[in-house]
Amino acid sequence: MWNLLQIELFKIFKKPRTYLAFAIIAAFIFLIQLGLLVNGKDWMKFMLGSLDETMNIDYSKLVNGYAVCFFVLNLLLVHVPILVALVAGDVVSGEASMGTLRLLAAKPVSRTQIILAKYLATAVYVFALLLWIAVISLVISIAVFGENDLVVAKTNGLQLIEANDVLWRYFFAFGFAFIAMMVVAAISLLLSVMSENSIGPIVATVGIIIVCTLISEMEIPIYQKYIKPYLFTTYMLGWKGFFYIGSTEDGETIKGSIQYLPGIIKSMAALMVYIVALVSAAVFIFRKKDILS
Amino acid sequence: MQRIILLLLLFQFSLFAQAQDINVLVQKVKDKINLVNDYEANGRMKTNVVFLKVPVATVKLFFKKPNRLRIKNEKGISFVPKGAVNINMSNVLSSGKYSVLDAGNDKVGSRAVKVVKLLPEDDNADVVLSTLYIDPVNQVILKTKTTTRDNGTYELEMSYGKYIAYGLPDKITFSFNTKDYKMPKGVTFDFEDGSQKKTAAEKEKLKNQKGKMEIFINGYIINKGIADGVFN
Repeated sequence: MWNLLQIELFKIFKKPRTYLAFAIIAAFIFLIQLGLLVNGKDWMKFMLGSLDETMNIDYSKLVNGYAVCFFVLNLLLVHVPILVALVAGDVVSGEASMGTLRLLAAKPVSRTQIILAKYLATAVYVFALLLWIAVISLVISIAVFGENDLVVAKTNGLQLIEANDVLWRYFFAFGFAFIAMMVVAAISLLLSVMSENSIGPIVATVGIIIVCTLISEMEIPIYQKYIKPYLFTTYMLGWKGFFYIGSTEDGETIKGSIQYLPGIIKSMAALMVYIVALVSAAVFIFRKKDILS
Repeated sequence: MQRIILLLLLFQFSLFAQAQDINVLVQKVKDKINLVNDYEANGRMKTNVVFLKVPVATVKLFFKKPNRLRIKNEKGISFVPKGAVNINMSNVLSSGKYSVLDAGNDKVGSRAVKVVKLLPEDDNADVVLSTLYIDPVNQVILKTKTTTRDNGTYELEMSYGKYIAYGLPDKITFSFNTKDYKMPKGVTFDFEDGSQKKTAAEKEKLKNQKGKMEIFINGYIINKGIADGVFN
């Protein structure tokens, strides 16, 4: 299995498109950082809305490394699935289109092992991608903008997390994001198993994510009640839960707390169920598949 | 007839004497406050606003005559209400351009106080009316209510300790009007954590509530000079 994983990793990381995702992310984050360096205060004023009329706020402190990283994650984690699909959608169908899948299936390893090795190799890629995001968006942002308290805007209010209570939340948030991206990888893998070319699974995965995200965000009661609870996109924003801090009745934040941990655990569990179901389906289909290419 | 005239004269005299008394009391309070040219104070600030969740902050207060005040969070970020400049009584009394009205007696907690209304002489001033609740024994202000033209009503309660001789409080409670806070969901992309959502009636109840800021002061450094740059 280890050898198989190494081979799959070699295949993923020798393709130029794999590094395209890293380059896109670096360029995107750099543009955000540059923009916030120039117009960060204006952006913060917009985010805090009418609060500016009631309160005196030191905007120079608000635009700090933690806030920049939070902003980057808000924008980026919606789009990272596309970059995940770019690689995961190709792992099986890419070999089918190149004609190497038959050779692979002829090796003395089970088809289950092949699929699991491909999925694990995709997991390594996803992990590397998120690590890259963490390094650029968090480490570099802290180096450029400095550390300070993090202000998180919600629909009905604002919360302030002290600087020394933020970092661990990022570790868990990135951990959660990894699980969420692995669901996307599992969808792509399943579609890749069913396809003979790479474009189909990649486009289909992106399409599924767009449709599901739109339904998740639409405030239409019938969707909210009957469809939304079953969509994986509903649970993908769970990483944000680590930045919703608990508080007393007076609104005083409780350091080291999470406002609603059960909600995060539920989201994580739902995503794990999706992963198991999708990867099992991929294994099942691949085992039954007539490999003709 | 002579008796009636005498009674009227006595009544008028008592009114005049009362007005004189209240002016003297306000002047004494003002004299006490005027002992302080500047101060630096360390304290802890607790903010209670319905749409804000913030930790208790360690703050420094800087004041310089006539009316410059800054509340600064040395380490982190703090949301300081716009009207907080009024927590310094010097800002209320220093101008001297107001009429003083005696509004009788009242109680703040268990203490008997004189109620004084200050009416600004400037018709265009932002402050429309200030009501002071003065402790006549210690000659300090225990409570104020300030009605402004644009920013609603502020309330201030103060308790004194070591620095009562300067009219500087140990604890300040500042109440102010808050406006509704709302962000479009498309901007925040909230994570729905499954916690119970507030009903429309509950949301309506939260609108335009009073916010409260409490400052607990550990100690003052008085009249040692403060650089103007602190207030920038």
